[in-house]
Amino acid sequence: MSKNKIYLDYASTTPIDPKVMKIMLPYLSEKFGNTMSLHSFGQEAKLALDESREKVANLIGAKNAEIVFTGSATESNNLALKGVVLANKNKGRHIIISSIEHPCIVESAKWLEKQGFEIDKLKVDKCGLVDQKEVKKLIKKDTILVSVMHANNEIGTIEPIKEIGEICKKRGIFFHTDAAQTLGKIPIDVNKMNIDLLTASSHKMYGPKGVGFLFIREGIRVEPILHGGGQEFGLRSSTVNVADIVGFAKACEICQKSMKKEERRLIKLRDKLVFKILKKVEFSKLNGHPKKRLPNNINFSFSFIEGEALVIQLDLLGIAASTGSACSSAKLEPSHVLLAIGLRPQEAHGSLRLSLGRWTTEKEIDKVFKVLVKAIKRLRKISPFKKI
Amino acid sequence: MRKTGPYTKKVIEYFRNPKNFGKIKNPDGIGKVGNAVCGDTMWLYIKVGKDKEGEEIIKDIKFETFGCVAALATSSVITDLAKGKTLRAAMKIDRNKIVKSLGGLPPIKIHCSVLAASALSEAIYDYLRKMKKEIPKELQMKHQRTEKEKKEIEKRYKDWIKVEKGMHKKLP
Repeated sequence: MSKNKIYLDYASTTPIDPKVMKIMLPYLSEKFGNTMSLHSFGQEAKLALDESREKVANLIGAKNAEIVFTGSATESNNLALKGVVLANKNKGRHIIISSIEHPCIVESAKWLEKQGFEIDKLKVDKCGLVDQKEVKKLIKKDTILVSVMHANNEIGTIEPIKEIGEICKKRGIFFHTDAAQTLGKIPIDVNKMNIDLLTASSHKMYGPKGVGFLFIREGIRVEPILHGGGQEFGLRSSTVNVADIVGFAKACEICQKSMKKEERRLIKLRDKLVFKILKKVEFSKLNGHPKKRLPNNINFSFSFIEGEALVIQLDLLGIAASTGSACSSAKLEPSHVLLAIGLRPQEAHGSLRLSLGRWTTEKEIDKVFKVLVKAIKRLRKISPFKKI
Repeated sequence: MRKTGPYTKKVIEYFRNPKNFGKIKNPDGIGKVGNAVCGDTMWLYIKVGKDKEGEEIIKDIKFETFGCVAALATSSVITDLAKGKTLRAAMKIDRNKIVKSLGGLPPIKIHCSVLAASALSEAIYDYLRKMKKEIPKELQMKHQRTEKEKKEIEKRYKDWIKVEKGMHKKLP
């Protein structure tokens, strides 16, 4: 990364940890074998795949055979929803998701709706939390799957998935959670947390892009989406992407070792910036839950200004951030997450997400605060709504 | 040339150094377009004077805009294009002229240039109406179109706008 630039968009993607990159390189050159081959090249690759599977399974308390490597979190979410529903349609036709899921869950659910399945969405409160009582209320006799994300990608709210999982477990309903934003950041134990299926992504945790996994509890039937050579227990045919998987596993290992310390460090930095903004910037509002939130997530709404302009302004000043503003989206609609927590469209337009990561320093946080104040002041000066 | 977001160098230049932003005290005409609820809002103020031939010109022009980079850049560039022009010439500034002056806009942002053009038309319309002067037919039609769009937006965002209005009243 450029030295004079500050990257605060780790929730979007992260750079690869140098240790991860190092371990991957041989698998892009001399250890290039196909895991399905019988010769030594193939067996070397197969061994690397098995070892990686074990490391990844270890991070979430799963068995090796419960991990299916995929190409992305999007693919894992598609496989979880479509795969489980299609394989279990004789049990029921009703699915429940939350109203703040990532588009790949929302769109997969929409597709299933077109195939004749019934979808219900769980509302969230103004902090973005799903209400467990509503889960119980929405469950019907023919509900087969509930999917609630572990933590939201925009506002960082951490959902009570252990409790939701328990409700599902008692009723014999499969429970899936999208953990793309949480794996490696906060502890996950699929058994203690009553999770049947879990989605994860490598590039959000300092691993390479193009690889993810889906945890599928032993005994759950899933219909594959990709048919072919039968790799990944027949659930995801494709020649195995060994280098990226090896990298992903290394990234998991690093996170597992450093998680506790890193969590504390990020929360300290996060809260420092949040309190400073709340104290010094008029008409600012923290979106998401004040406590039950990702250690690295900050999401604010600044009245009277628009998020895209703010992001570009910050970019020109050397800071990379993101927004849920309509003007920045392809559809010109404000973020469905911000609307779901009851923000007025104008507040959603003025939203800014700052996400911290492994290389964020206190010095950077202090600088970001100064630059942010300047940027907001400037844009408010041009805005017709408020003069500061 | 490194791009910033989806924008040209010119757009970013206007965004970085906006020309003529702010309010005009006792303006001769105001054009208010857009709606903060659904996105961009532009307020354009004009002061009308006369040139040597005695024809009415835009002596001064300023803007205040809530919106994205494209909205701010189009507001800024239209003030540049209109300043010093006769009212007749200013009325003819359309979105194509604005887009061209900015070296292009991403397709999804073209509506910002439409908004800027409407803001200027509305400001001139406001002036002519207040002075009880004859309003050219083309300008009347533009005004009707803007009004119609305003109503459509209000209908679509009825509930939100009510909340917004309440909020603005509370502000100092």
